[in-house]
Amino acid sequence: MDKLTHLQRLEAESMDIMREAISEAENPVMLYSIGKDSSVMLHLALKAFYPSRPPFPLLHVDTTWKFREMIAFRDATAKRLNLELLVHQNPDAKARGINPFTHGSAVHTDVWKTEGLKQALDKWGFDAAFGGARRDEEKSRAKERIFSFRSAQHRWDPKMQRPELWRLYNARKHKGESMRVFPLSNWTELDIWQYIYLENIPIVPLYYSKPRPVVERDGTLIMVDDERMPLRAAEVPMMKSVRFRTLGCYPLTGAVESTAATLPEIIQEMLLTKTSERQGRVIDHDQAGSMEKKKQEGYF
Amino acid sequence: MAHVSDLIAQDIEQYLRQHEQKSLLRFITCGSVDDGKSTLIGRLLYESKMIFEDQLGALEADSKKMGTQGGDLDFALLVDGLTAEREQGITIDVAYRFFSTDLRKFIVADTPGHEQYTRNMVTGASTADLAVILIDARKGVLTQTRRHSYLVSLLGIRHIVLAVNKLDMMDYSQEVFTRIDADYRAFAAKIGLHDITAIPMSALKGDNIVSASPNTPWYSGPTLMQHLETVVVESDLHAGPMRMPVQWVNRPNLDFRGFCGRLVGGAVKPGDRVRVLPSGRESTVTRIVAMGGDLDQAVAGQSVTITLADEVDISRGDVIVSAHEAAGVADHFRATLVWMSDLPMLPGKPYLMKIGTRTLTARVEEIRYRVDVNTLEHLGAQQFGLNEIGVCLLALDRPVAFDPYEQNRDMGAFILIDRLSNNTMGAGMLHEAVQAAASAGGPLTRVQRARQKGQRGGVVWLAGGSDTTRAEFGMRLESRLFGAGTHVYLLAQSALAPDTDLLQVASLMLDAGLLVVVDGGGGMGAAKHFDSADVAELNLDTAGEGGSALQAAQFEACCDTLLRMLRERGMIAAH
Repeated sequence: MDKLTHLQRLEAESMDIMREAISEAENPVMLYSIGKDSSVMLHLALKAFYPSRPPFPLLHVDTTWKFREMIAFRDATAKRLNLELLVHQNPDAKARGINPFTHGSAVHTDVWKTEGLKQALDKWGFDAAFGGARRDEEKSRAKERIFSFRSAQHRWDPKMQRPELWRLYNARKHKGESMRVFPLSNWTELDIWQYIYLENIPIVPLYYSKPRPVVERDGTLIMVDDERMPLRAAEVPMMKSVRFRTLGCYPLTGAVESTAATLPEIIQEMLLTKTSERQGRVIDHDQAGSMEKKKQEGYF
Repeated sequence: MAHVSDLIAQDIEQYLRQHEQKSLLRFITCGSVDDGKSTLIGRLLYESKMIFEDQLGALEADSKKMGTQGGDLDFALLVDGLTAEREQGITIDVAYRFFSTDLRKFIVADTPGHEQYTRNMVTGASTADLAVILIDARKGVLTQTRRHSYLVSLLGIRHIVLAVNKLDMMDYSQEVFTRIDADYRAFAAKIGLHDITAIPMSALKGDNIVSASPNTPWYSGPTLMQHLETVVVESDLHAGPMRMPVQWVNRPNLDFRGFCGRLVGGAVKPGDRVRVLPSGRESTVTRIVAMGGDLDQAVAGQSVTITLADEVDISRGDVIVSAHEAAGVADHFRATLVWMSDLPMLPGKPYLMKIGTRTLTARVEEIRYRVDVNTLEHLGAQQFGLNEIGVCLLALDRPVAFDPYEQNRDMGAFILIDRLSNNTMGAGMLHEAVQAAASAGGPLTRVQRARQKGQRGGVVWLAGGSDTTRAEFGMRLESRLFGAGTHVYLLAQSALAPDTDLLQVASLMLDAGLLVVVDGGGGMGAAKHFDSADVAELNLDTAGEGGSALQAAQFEACCDTLLRMLRERGMIAAH
């Protein structure tokens, strides 16, 4: 037999990580963010536990500001695969009416996502949570362990990380402490797209180009996904052929002008493009080392 | 990300088909802070066009702000990740980098070359198939080069790229390169490293990184990238007998019972006869179940689910192996241990041990020796501190399936976990099974006999001096040791029948757990017959003050020094 391809080895590693995590955890959950990485992670889970269904629910920490198409895709996916889907919206953020327009992206993300995630993990008592983060996304992620230990306060201490050798993952913890587990650690953006193409994995249609109503704001194309988006003076939504390289809260996610309407075209565009995928996200630009800081506070 | 391949623009589907066939190479880079390691990795990312324009823009800005390369791009800034280390200009942990060419995808473990080097390097090396060892051409083979190479060989990496870097600062001298290459090979052979590819380069200037440099016309070997793209490594070979640690038993309903795990050796197909360890039960593989349809065969590296013909009791932690070439099963091992915690490793203390998918309790019964990673000398030790490495005897609370680490990394590697804090304290490699303790019915070992005496024992070989001085000093030393509670015996050649082999008698006494002071008639070099951790040689011709011959008046002072040294080396009890 020929040697395994890089995708086969990545797939095997991810399955191995998931099986190990659910064997060692008492109450695992999969953080499902609806994006392409989550789609791949979910697909790998289906493979890892086949013919059983994945032995954990999906958890979506909703900010109420996601694209409508994401929510529709999320619900359809859970139904199609007959998986339990848990949705958590931070009641405190809801009561305070936190939104990216009046509170800014930093506060919005912190309260809805970081606080919301901690609430959800505590509410259901999950002791291991799968996340779709990749080490190639951002510099502080490059040092993240595959099994990443979090204190009872959900904090990450980059100086106290357990050494991780071979394929021997130390998943031991005390009550109240938890693990974040990253099965896609060693995947790159290109690997993700190649795998989606190869395995024919469904993804949210927002990744494909199509005419959508957008406004240009501070150099970024923002889609006017619903009527909550306050338009500034002289801003008139215009129909442009756009798509999204990453998905998040619509007011914080920049669209790119594109005509790529098929997977090969998307990959082609990605390979020929000159900016990294996180540039479409506002979070990284707020302050230097911002991801590292967020992670220490409990962000995924 | 401008991959140079024109195929992307012209025929993306053809490009994708080609890239689906890429293999994967994991490697580690080793070098000190100044060897240009971060620069080399940054250069590889840059040359393989893995740097985006926004990152390049940030790099340019960073290079101006805190770069060390004048106006030029400082590639090191690309790979130095966390805020703390950016400020200090050092890498503080293992970071993983990714790049890819038309032939291969690469995962690079980037580890620091200063403090914490052992822990971080061992971690990075544990998943690598190849090591790039950087040498500063101005400095040649240094202590740290030897240290890195030793760690790399210890972790079972067989392929070395010797990156002779900064050759631009030596006028691209062939002579310098050739000398460093020869120096290194002479050393590497001693620690079992043979597959060495030396490449003259400058990571800063880009010489021989991707394309052959015009500055080294005398070099006809591959560039770094060419070598990385084509080298054949063990992970691709699926060599060895079939091994699969069972991770999870898949039971969706009463009619299906599948065993999930990652194949860590050989290959498997339906019809194969397998054995389950440690129980020893045998069965036959019936299916390799996968979501897209059953597989005809699976090979090492794949995560699979297999079913068996018989109802065999199998649970997580068991290992399914080829019935024809089964793995060993044992509960006592000789193992190398790398300690990674601030809290020392204490013999006798129970730790959790994770090997494969099994977690059990293990104790270090005996430290055989500690290795000085700079000189590779074997030293005595009572415990292992942070970043210390040594060989010990390990006792498990129940038998496990294993292969020696040298034969199969996944079957011989383990970590030790603190039972209270749950932190990973150390990592180790099993070499061989050893005799079980007497309580388990096996024959007694030297370790047990010595421990009963509260010591480790050893040989003190007296050389040089006159027969009288040796005899008198020998008696004095024996008496001092005896007074200090040591189980000691003075063994003199003169007391034995003429044909008796003194070395053999000394070995037997060593095996009895004693500390043997040997008066061998004055000859030197007898120490090499013993494990270096077990022997101390004293030359009476030079043991006196200022390197002079030992005088009777200095006997006490010499005994003091010897006793202190024997205690430090763990050969006699510390009082």
